[in-house]
Amino acid sequence: MALLTATHVRKLYGSFCALEDVSLTVNAGEFVSIIGPNGAGKTTLVNVLTGLLAPTAGTVRFKDEDVAGVGPVRLARLGLARSFQLVNVFPGLTVAETLAVAVVSRLGRGTRLFAALDRDTAVRDGVCAVAELFGFNDKLTRPARTLPQGDKKLLDVASAFALRPEIILLDEPTSGVSTRDKTAIMDVLVQAATRVGIKAIIQVEHDMDIVFGYSDRIIALHQGRVLADTTPDGIRADAEVVATVIGKPRT
Amino acid sequence: MRGAVIPYVAGAAALFLTAAVPFVGGAYYATLMLPFFGYAVALLGMNLLFGYTGLLSFGHALFIALGAYTAAYLTSGAGVLHFEVVLLAAAVVAVVVAVPVGLLCVRYVKIYFGMLTLAFGMLFYSFLYKFYHLTGGDEGMRVLRPLLLGQPFAGLGKVQFLTGPYYFYGLTLLLLAAAVMWRLVHSPFGLCLRSIRENPEKAEYVGVRVRRFRFYAFLIAAVFGAVGGVLLAVPTGLADPLLAYWTHSGNLVFMLLLGGFSSFFGPILGAFVFIFLQDVVMSATPYWRFVFGAILALVVIFFPHGLMGLVEGRARMGA
Repeated sequence: MALLTATHVRKLYGSFCALEDVSLTVNAGEFVSIIGPNGAGKTTLVNVLTGLLAPTAGTVRFKDEDVAGVGPVRLARLGLARSFQLVNVFPGLTVAETLAVAVVSRLGRGTRLFAALDRDTAVRDGVCAVAELFGFNDKLTRPARTLPQGDKKLLDVASAFALRPEIILLDEPTSGVSTRDKTAIMDVLVQAATRVGIKAIIQVEHDMDIVFGYSDRIIALHQGRVLADTTPDGIRADAEVVATVIGKPRT
Repeated sequence: MRGAVIPYVAGAAALFLTAAVPFVGGAYYATLMLPFFGYAVALLGMNLLFGYTGLLSFGHALFIALGAYTAAYLTSGAGVLHFEVVLLAAAVVAVVVAVPVGLLCVRYVKIYFGMLTLAFGMLFYSFLYKFYHLTGGDEGMRVLRPLLLGQPFAGLGKVQFLTGPYYFYGLTLLLLAAAVMWRLVHSPFGLCLRSIRENPEKAEYVGVRVRRFRFYAFLIAAVFGAVGGVLLAVPTGLADPLLAYWTHSGNLVFMLLLGGFSSFFGPILGAFVFIFLQDVVMSATPYWRFVFGAILALVVIFFPHGLMGLVEGRARMGA
């Protein structure tokens, strides 16, 4: 079942064409990676898919609703969440508060002006559930700014998970993390996704070990166009993709 | 957890001392406390906007003036003397004005938000100043002594009324305002506001309607400002255009910084210290503005979290 579909998406910045005729589909149950060299249009594609940017032409549909340019708030409500390439936290909020923001908005309780937040058991349960998945149980009262870099990235992902989305878009979830820890983090993410009930994961990633290790399907972008959209094995077999995107042949 | 008791003891002591001022401090200090009540209420609202949501208004005096003029219109114009009606009307007027002003202002952040609020404040000042037949121009409008809970307190002189029933009415209103604000900032709504202050882009991605919540905060701040304005206008018996002037908004910002905007009680402390400092310094030297400028500079450089930051040791915000 197709959850997210982009059809003939084009995005122009002035006269510069960042995306040209990009079509892709993400189905329930899939782990899809988007790869490509710097400047291939990955970030633009992510921003178009997450409703931040409206495409110049083409459509983006999520669960049969046109979501092109609807904005992140609407998408979060519909069930599409994302995490960010660079550390993106609420520096002054604690871990628990950070997760609570997402849980509050998922439960639609942001306009409860006079309710006592610390006595809201539904919010607390939501926070605890996500905190447990990501191992934040003993760090709940720590302000986000005091966390180590890796935890900050994980907290960003965790707050996206707290929305219980159907699709999650991870923008380089392991960038800035040591190679040794990358697989551990990915295992946590994939496991958490299953537990939360996330139907599909889209990730943008440079690390080819991670890409080939976890993806069901890989979409290779080059100069704003889709170069290949196939299985990891298919990508390996495609000499052009290997040359332009991956660099040197893998042994 | 012995440390957790200290704030309660300090709060109870502050409340007791405030209630005792008319009895032990005499009429002079009791009268001085009245503007403190008004400013404290207004600043509680302004700090929801700045300390919690991250939007610094340079035109918040607009809403103080709005409250004062509502009181003037109702008491000396329409003959409505019930203070509760005046307060309610001021809140309604504040919302009516804050809806269009807020919708425009919250489209901008940081200095642009500040400048736009400043512009609206000055616009209102000009209106009050120029439309003589409506507002009394530079002479302003009289605010008559109101009925408190329907009571005229006819036997009391002006000072007796102000330092007696009105004093405790003002104090009660401040406590009520603080209680309401406390609930607001400790609610899911308050958490969303703080997430907007910390990182509006990320807040949107976790589903917080950033602009709408900023607008709500603006409305609430406006209502608190107008209620504070009503409280201020009764002791002076006058609503005049200078209430909306930008230097008055500047004073509000000063009080926020002085008390510390990153603490719930900072604005209240700031209003208190400002009022009494002004009284002391003004009677000591005609160059009081110079002294105040120096104090503001020192606060910003050495105590960015204000006096409350000093008291708490480190600045903490809410929940």
